[in-house]
Amino acid sequence: MPKAIPADSVGLVTPQTIHFSQPLQLSCGQILEKYDLVIETYGQLNEQRNNGVLICHALSGHHHAAGYHSMGDKKSGWWDNFIGPGKPLDTNQFFIVSLNNLGGCHGSTGPVSTNPKTSKLYGPDFPFVTVEDWVESQVRLSDHLGIDQWAAIVGGSLGGMQALHWSITHPDRLRHALVIASAPKLSAQNIAFNEVARQAIMSDENFRGGRYLEENTLPRNGLGLARMVGHITYLSDDAMGEKFGRELKNKEFSFDYGVQFQIESYLRYQGANFSDIFDANTYLLMTRALDYFDPASRYDDSLAKAMAQASAKFLLVSFTTDWRFSPARSNEIVSALLLAAKDVSYMEIDAPQGHDAFLMNIPRYVNGVAAYMQRVANECREASS
Amino acid sequence: MTSRVDLKVISKWVKEDSRVLDLACGDGELLHNLARDKNVSGYGLEINPQNIQACLERGVNVLEHNIDQGLGNFNDQSFDTVVMTQALQALQFPHLVLDEMLRVGRECIVTFPNFGHWRCRLHLSTKGRMPVSKFMPYTWYDTPNIHFCTFKDFEDLCRQKKLNIIERLVVDRENKGDWKARLLPNLMGEVAIYHVTR
Repeated sequence: MPKAIPADSVGLVTPQTIHFSQPLQLSCGQILEKYDLVIETYGQLNEQRNNGVLICHALSGHHHAAGYHSMGDKKSGWWDNFIGPGKPLDTNQFFIVSLNNLGGCHGSTGPVSTNPKTSKLYGPDFPFVTVEDWVESQVRLSDHLGIDQWAAIVGGSLGGMQALHWSITHPDRLRHALVIASAPKLSAQNIAFNEVARQAIMSDENFRGGRYLEENTLPRNGLGLARMVGHITYLSDDAMGEKFGRELKNKEFSFDYGVQFQIESYLRYQGANFSDIFDANTYLLMTRALDYFDPASRYDDSLAKAMAQASAKFLLVSFTTDWRFSPARSNEIVSALLLAAKDVSYMEIDAPQGHDAFLMNIPRYVNGVAAYMQRVANECREASS
Repeated sequence: MTSRVDLKVISKWVKEDSRVLDLACGDGELLHNLARDKNVSGYGLEINPQNIQACLERGVNVLEHNIDQGLGNFNDQSFDTVVMTQALQALQFPHLVLDEMLRVGRECIVTFPNFGHWRCRLHLSTKGRMPVSKFMPYTWYDTPNIHFCTFKDFEDLCRQKKLNIIERLVVDRENKGDWKARLLPNLMGEVAIYHVTR
């Protein structure tokens, strides 16, 4: 709980739900007749409406990126390090919009919403959504907000993929894309980890073909396991070693399969905690959206041809110990942008935290993004004057 | 305006509206000035975090990339000019980087400190030790400068590789190209700026 709101916090924020009644054609062939998107906004949209910054979230993210919902909140939004007055995404200069994507479980229409056709929960019947579908829904959100062109679209990991896709499919609607700890498509290893996560969920006896809510149960073990696997891929070997090493929970081996090592205790805690707050069907959907993402596939499998569509300028950032989306994966995007002769800057941040580094307050990373965004803010002002 | 003489000369040699790749671009001063004065576009490559930060602050396209790994990210002949100032001597394989520069660029501009300068020669001949000065401040065992050469050495390499030296300007640390440096470049010149094509 914040005793007092810190000076560089956006403070107390209230999410808004925006209803869309124009049907949305999805990549899977289905049509979503109507849907809600829940968003939060920080800062003020200027008169020229040119200072909008869209934040796209990662696998388990949501709209609550900064500030607090109440004085009783234990934690601030997931990217509070970056969003606030004087922070890299400076709410004194930008109007920042953060949303929960379609298929999510934090208020936007998804598996835990009611299907208007059946008046029952969607559950496993919620249609498959792709990064492309998310971008289309975000375009409609932009229209609703009266933002013709975003000053920047920013995302880490799966969020970076959305920013990248925006730049390809809607080049005139953003001036900058910040693609952080991301990749142009998943590798076989990435998909393999997703598959293990999905199998963990679906093989839980309480999964009930995805209708667990209707049957008043939850696939806790399965979702917890999925999160445990995911969590391992978010940390580096070094970070895990540093934090837990081979430290034991009790002093001696107990020769059973209970929690012996601290790392086991940590993973079980993370898993259990996550399965209380996240929806299993949403987790399945999000991992599939990751698997399917491959913007080059529409351009003869040439990422350079795909990136040739873009008019935005780019900042790419990777982290040395990230093995989920390693620096080499960011470099694939950089290479494609160079071949397409686009404006791009690239930082490879030396950081021990692994993939999770993109959420953290790492000075070089923070300063680099801040410097880049200050240029973006200056452009907004120059265009306005 | 820049205080570095070599950057002033390079700015003159780069054509308007051209595309430039700057290897070891430092704080981005050259690319920034070229963009402002000559509508030049391009990228800088750099590995020093402070320099990368300075480039981002200036709005210069900067890529964190080690030149010793080659320029595989770039297409053949995709730049008008590839520039490398004061970095040749710090490379693992200077001759291979020179090849790469002329693969991705139509011409290249290279500057490096002259190890044949009289001060270096005097230091070595009188003290019998590797020169350490304000200009070359490192000890031999802990220095980024692992491949010092003289102007004559560099020109030999260009001949071997059948490269054309279009222009060469030799400067000392205060003036650009006074009469001593013109007359006896390999002895009196401290920094050379070479303009080379294949």
